[in-house]
Amino acid sequence: MKPGLPLLWRKTKERYNLVGTKCETCGTYYMPERKICAKCRRKGKIIPYAFSGRGKIFTYTVIRVAPEDYEFFVPYVLAIIELEEGVRITGQVVDVDPESVRVGQPVEMVFRKIHEDNPEGLITYGFKFRPVA
Amino acid sequence: MAESIGIVGYGVDVPRYRIKASEIARVWGEEENRIVNGLGLSEKSVPALDQDAATLAVEAARRAVRHSGINPQLINSIFVGSESHPYAVKPTATIVAEAINAAPVLFAADHEFACKGGTAGIINSYALLKSGEIEYGLGIGTDTSQGSPGDALEYSAGAGAGAFIVGKKDVIAEIKGIYAYTTDTPDFWRREHAIYPSHGGRFTGAPGYFKHVQSGAKGIMEKMGTRPSDYAYAVFHQPNGKFPRTVAKQLGFTPEQIAPGLITPLIGNTYSAASMIGLAATLDAAKPGDKILVTSFGSGAGSDAFHIEVTDKILDKRNPLPVLEVIKHKIYIDYGTYAKHRKKLIM
Repeated sequence: MKPGLPLLWRKTKERYNLVGTKCETCGTYYMPERKICAKCRRKGKIIPYAFSGRGKIFTYTVIRVAPEDYEFFVPYVLAIIELEEGVRITGQVVDVDPESVRVGQPVEMVFRKIHEDNPEGLITYGFKFRPVA
Repeated sequence: MAESIGIVGYGVDVPRYRIKASEIARVWGEEENRIVNGLGLSEKSVPALDQDAATLAVEAARRAVRHSGINPQLINSIFVGSESHPYAVKPTATIVAEAINAAPVLFAADHEFACKGGTAGIINSYALLKSGEIEYGLGIGTDTSQGSPGDALEYSAGAGAGAFIVGKKDVIAEIKGIYAYTTDTPDFWRREHAIYPSHGGRFTGAPGYFKHVQSGAKGIMEKMGTRPSDYAYAVFHQPNGKFPRTVAKQLGFTPEQIAPGLITPLIGNTYSAASMIGLAATLDAAKPGDKILVTSFGSGAGSDAFHIEVTDKILDKRNPLPVLEVIKHKIYIDYGTYAKHRKKLIM
């Protein structure tokens, strides 16, 4: 269940700064990153790309029965966010009354704690989303 | 001409959750008016379950970078002051450095000096700038401190962060002088592994806060050859709404001079961030030529004092996210939810 330290560490830039990739040949964005462009294949030129963090709620669900370590958060909103670059990613929506969330609502990236192993364990930080005030 | 060193950008973050002093008073059977009048504040900010000193520091730092307009790779020093660093061993500064894309070539360290670790970070960056070692430096004060349940501190211990980027180009407010005053005074402390701090009650006042803030403010004015009337604004550390008002009066400053920077009555004491958020709110209101006196305070005890002069550049570089805008979004919670947020429940 618990990801290993090397995996968490390798994904730091992705979690902290929404860094994915972009194909310079066809302009397609990827999040999470891809090493090869799915459209251009060998002709593609993949470069790292930091997404703006602005987007809108494409769809969402309200979690009322949480997995282990997230019991304190219920009820909380888990959404698929469509970033302004067109890419869709999953993320928690915070600082919001779940009843007020709607599809199409504009959101922005915020930096939050994603997971705490236990009182003595590692704290994992990364992106979540919040409605634009 | 002497080099001008000063603030090139700043940002603050404050959690949206709030608890009213009346709600805390209800639980502990206290009289609301006695608390509100005694402390000079009626509510405080509370971190969300997924916010800590590191996440607040990152958000404040990102806003400071945006305001400054600089490439974060040019930030060569990051010092984070807090008394609630998430880790006892593992720096908050490295998390901030990575999250604002300033890593890897930079000096980074965490500070702890009760409520003045943040201003100590500005002084460190100022010194590195003066010695020519860095292009830009970042000083952050951030805290999610706790008061023990039922204690007077529980009504005031809030959460927030202030971040200041200092440099030599496009300076919006020049730091013309610094001064520090430090003694070994046991007014407030927290031992390793202790969840809540201990304090000396009334002893935190005269020999702690007032002696050091007065000495810091008088020291910088003597060094600069200034008087209270020379300053457009003054910012003092604000553990509650009452102390900064009292010390301002004792020193000869008017209520108008401290008004824009008096933010604790609105969000509670943000510890390492308190004087920095106060300075940010003052800069939001300041105009070119204004002189600002800042005196922080950290228990244990010491004060850092700054003489700051606002430049013409501030007209082109107003902060797009002023302090009053950040703190106006509020979600009120009751004591039970607050206890959950602050992990006061033993499971």
